[in-house]
Amino acid sequence: MSVLLIAEVLEGQLNKDSTAKALTAAVQLGDVDVLCASSGCGDAASELAALQGVAKVLCANDASYEYAIAEPMAALIVSLADKYEHIVFPATTSGKNIAPRVAALLDVMVISEVMEIKGADEFVRPIYAGNAIQTVTTADAKKVMTIRTASFDNAADGGSAAIEEIAAVACDTPVAWVSNEVQKSDRPELTSSSVIVSGGRGVGSEEDFKLIEALADKLGAAVGASRAAVDAGFAPNDQQVGQTGKIVAPQLYIAVGISGAIQHLAGMKDSKVIVAINKDEDAPIFQVADYGLVADLFDAVPEMTAALE
Amino acid sequence: MEEIERDVMEFDVLIVGGGPSGLSAAIRLMQLANENEQEITVCLVEKGSEIGAHILSGAILEPTALNELIPDWQEKGAPLNTPVSSEEIMFLSETGSLKTPNAFLPPAMHNEGNYIISLGNFCRWLGEQAEELGVDVYPGFTAANVLYNEDGSVKGVQTGDMGVQRDGTHGPQFEPGMELHAKQTFFAEGCRGHLGKELKERFNLEADSQTQTYGIGIKELWEVKPENHQPGLVVHTAGWPLSTDTYGGSFLYHLEDNQVAVGFVVGLDYKNPYLSPFEEFQRYKTHPKIRDTFEGARRISYGARALNEGGIQCLPKLTFPGGVMVGCEAGTLNMPKIKGTHTAMKSGMLAAEAAFEAIQSNFDVVELVEYTNRFHHSWVRTELDAARNVRPSFKWGLWLGTLYTGIDQILFRGKAPWTLKHAHADHETLLTKDQATKIDYPKPDGVLTFDKLSSVFLSSTNHEEDQPIHLTLKDDSVPVAINLAKYDGPEARFCPAGVYEYVADENKKDGSQRLQINAQNCVHCKTCDIKDPTQNINWVTPQGGDGPNYPNM
Amino acid sequence: MKILVPVKRVIDYSVKARVKSDQSGVELNNVKMSINPFDEIAVEEAIRMKEAGTASEIVVVSIGVEKSQETLRTALAMGADRAILIKAADTVDTDIEPLAVAKLLAKVTEEEAPGMVILGKQAIDNDMNATGQMLSALLGWSQVTYASKITVDGDTLNVTREVDAGLQNITAKLPAVITADLRLNEPRYVKLPNIMKAKKKPMDIKTPEDYGVDVSPRLTITSVVEPPARAAGIKVESVTELMDKLKNEAGVLS
Repeated sequence: MSVLLIAEVLEGQLNKDSTAKALTAAVQLGDVDVLCASSGCGDAASELAALQGVAKVLCANDASYEYAIAEPMAALIVSLADKYEHIVFPATTSGKNIAPRVAALLDVMVISEVMEIKGADEFVRPIYAGNAIQTVTTADAKKVMTIRTASFDNAADGGSAAIEEIAAVACDTPVAWVSNEVQKSDRPELTSSSVIVSGGRGVGSEEDFKLIEALADKLGAAVGASRAAVDAGFAPNDQQVGQTGKIVAPQLYIAVGISGAIQHLAGMKDSKVIVAINKDEDAPIFQVADYGLVADLFDAVPEMTAALE
Repeated sequence: MEEIERDVMEFDVLIVGGGPSGLSAAIRLMQLANENEQEITVCLVEKGSEIGAHILSGAILEPTALNELIPDWQEKGAPLNTPVSSEEIMFLSETGSLKTPNAFLPPAMHNEGNYIISLGNFCRWLGEQAEELGVDVYPGFTAANVLYNEDGSVKGVQTGDMGVQRDGTHGPQFEPGMELHAKQTFFAEGCRGHLGKELKERFNLEADSQTQTYGIGIKELWEVKPENHQPGLVVHTAGWPLSTDTYGGSFLYHLEDNQVAVGFVVGLDYKNPYLSPFEEFQRYKTHPKIRDTFEGARRISYGARALNEGGIQCLPKLTFPGGVMVGCEAGTLNMPKIKGTHTAMKSGMLAAEAAFEAIQSNFDVVELVEYTNRFHHSWVRTELDAARNVRPSFKWGLWLGTLYTGIDQILFRGKAPWTLKHAHADHETLLTKDQATKIDYPKPDGVLTFDKLSSVFLSSTNHEEDQPIHLTLKDDSVPVAINLAKYDGPEARFCPAGVYEYVADENKKDGSQRLQINAQNCVHCKTCDIKDPTQNINWVTPQGGDGPNYPNM
Repeated sequence: MKILVPVKRVIDYSVKARVKSDQSGVELNNVKMSINPFDEIAVEEAIRMKEAGTASEIVVVSIGVEKSQETLRTALAMGADRAILIKAADTVDTDIEPLAVAKLLAKVTEEEAPGMVILGKQAIDNDMNATGQMLSALLGWSQVTYASKITVDGDTLNVTREVDAGLQNITAKLPAVITADLRLNEPRYVKLPNIMKAKKKPMDIKTPEDYGVDVSPRLTITSVVEPPARAAGIKVESVTELMDKLKNEAGVLS
């Protein structure tokens, strides 16, 4: 039996990053067919076919799949489920919206946010907001799961899978898409941004926080702050990262002038790469940083910003 | 600010604080009411998110009061799981130790028949007993202010407002606190209650007593390797790392499930402003006689709480019109026994009995003097009398204090015909920075010893962020002008939770400092309120339910 | 319209979860337990709908240990009208899986016939993020997840959803299952007299057998461990070296 990976395709656009990471997990389970369901998704299907590890792309090009509404998507996936032992989604809001529905329709449990595959029926996943790691085995014949993308690398390009057009499954859905709202802020949202630049009390003032923002803008990053910086009034409350603030796990987290109290680490320790810039070489942040730079942030940050010009 | 309309609820007895004394009082009241088939209303408010959330103690329980209150406690599942099986008292030097032969220990220091418990879990159980009996138990509600009648007697308390923003304005979730009125209000806030402080002053309750002295107790809970675990073992130490002119010592109790409670108490009459009770505790764990217990172990909780050390000579007047003080609010801890739960419980029970008698006579008494009478004819009084000279003798230092204790407790059995005095209030004892020597504490290793913030993390302390800072300063300029200038900012060291920090003042780029108050870290120990040399810090209650969430402490 | 709000009793969000040394799970004894924060938001939303006249009655239901009564009382004190406890576990360590929960809720929904079910998007203990979706599938009702704004217009819901790319607006026909996201509202503080009143509100106590639902788990938890500690990396000497490492070693800068 093989694996069906549900690619994230919204309005015809492939979310290649999350799908390619989920693919890396899926190939550990067997031969992977990828479902590309959206409207006008021909290009997306071609992109998927070019990923290494894809056996076949199933392309369902239909208006009902354009926005990945759960009802029609689940109906389509369930219709394909016979042939697959594993049905895998990236753990995006879209994947997590559809996967449990598919599982319930198949009368199986869903396994959410899989971070490691130990076997065909044994999976590792975080619980308690990542404060504990659970290993589960499943007795269900079909395994429906979402893949925590931060835990897997991208599958490489260089594949040449066949693309098979499949028909839509009729589904009378009571839910309809109306519109997407563009974020008001120019910067990405803290919890979903792939790069975050955070400032701590070492930044010194609200005025000097502009240095952090300038670097963030050059990187297309979100701006975060430690609780100390928020308490001191340098940054607004909703930028706080940490135990009592937001929990983030970007690809790159740059901590500037942050000492690294455990309360802050609790909110960002799952980041893929952590950079710390601090003039105190004993700051605890260096104990978790992949790259530490002992330097005055007022020199280092503008230099980084300039280097990105 | 505009006058807030507040709802009012009326009770016969209102109890402020869900610790051993408050809960015992509540239980005793309801027992008497049920026995006498009389309807009474008893309300208990507790600032912690649940009963037990803010409770921290060693703890060894002497079950005397419990046997009186709930004789069938065993059948009712009281969490007294670990009888004391063996005990040691050691005097530590930096590398050595001297064990005191048990025959030389005063009778008060023997622990046969006592239990090692988690006082938090014990209170959780007492809370369930109280609720079953019909007490209205409300955790998550603070008693923010005392309310007074026109004649000056206590009318009750006002619970704290919820949803007030940092600047004092009302947020969208604002919920005004309400007035709780009662014929008698029992104040059972524990040591240095913030309402108790006001009441002592207002009713001049300490006119005939000596100045209260305090200690700070810091505790950690560990899960140790089974081979290092000896259920029922009790170890107390004095001496290192404290200098002999500082009162204090450690406790180390082996509970059930491979858990070990370890803690350190420092008398808050210490003199050196550079002393850090937290660091002394961390350093103590590295002693060769102590560290082996924690080899390969895991620290699972942390917390701190101030305690009364003054004894009977510091006990305030227990009653005032409309209310009473029970337990550590008054200061019923027995210092040589290092125990206060049984005496606190008993004081609550005595107050309850006096109040019930008054209820039966239709409450025509405003001041419950009968409670005081009962107290002074009880075993609590006898016990505290016998203990009264031990703690003050340590003003002469560890060795003379120990020698004196031996004479007082073994020769005189606590009946010496004199009463020693405490020298000074704790906030008056600090030397100035130029008179004192800095203490160079070792850096934490992250295995056996830790920093403050990672410790506070284990207390599960939480405060709603957007609320006024509950560590209030009477004068904002005093910390820098006096505490920092004269004493080098001792609050940064005596606070066990990293609430107070002197940091560079961002607004003056001249290297001058300002006091940063990290109110969110506060574990409600009240040490700052006691030890601040300028008495400029006034601890008030934050939003209800905030503060530590201690498990098993 | 009647609204059904399922609520779960979980470890309080401010308590640090501690893994048991025998790796069987997280320590839940003598730990502060509370209503799942996302469920609390769902209760609040239902109450606001009732206050706005959209809803007529709010029924809260919890599935778990006997002590889940406390969680239901919290919801009642906030303003729900009555409660159902389905006693499905004898110890706090037994977590009923979302599939079984959804099946029980589907039965309760058939019995109670609400117009809408609102629940939290996920429980902060098992972080499964599944019950609402599963319930919607079992009932065949509109599936509306991650709601941050809900308005009711006749038999149609206008909902703003929180998705990775930002916000998405949808319409959904009633009846619907809605899962609440963090920004849907900020729950009220419970008033003390309402806690007292909540003690007198009706609470039915049921068992899974009453509904004929098998709650035995599909997943077996073989271990629960602490996340591995992050190791320190290297110190770089300059911004130039840092930028080089980020580009060429870590591959996080292009």
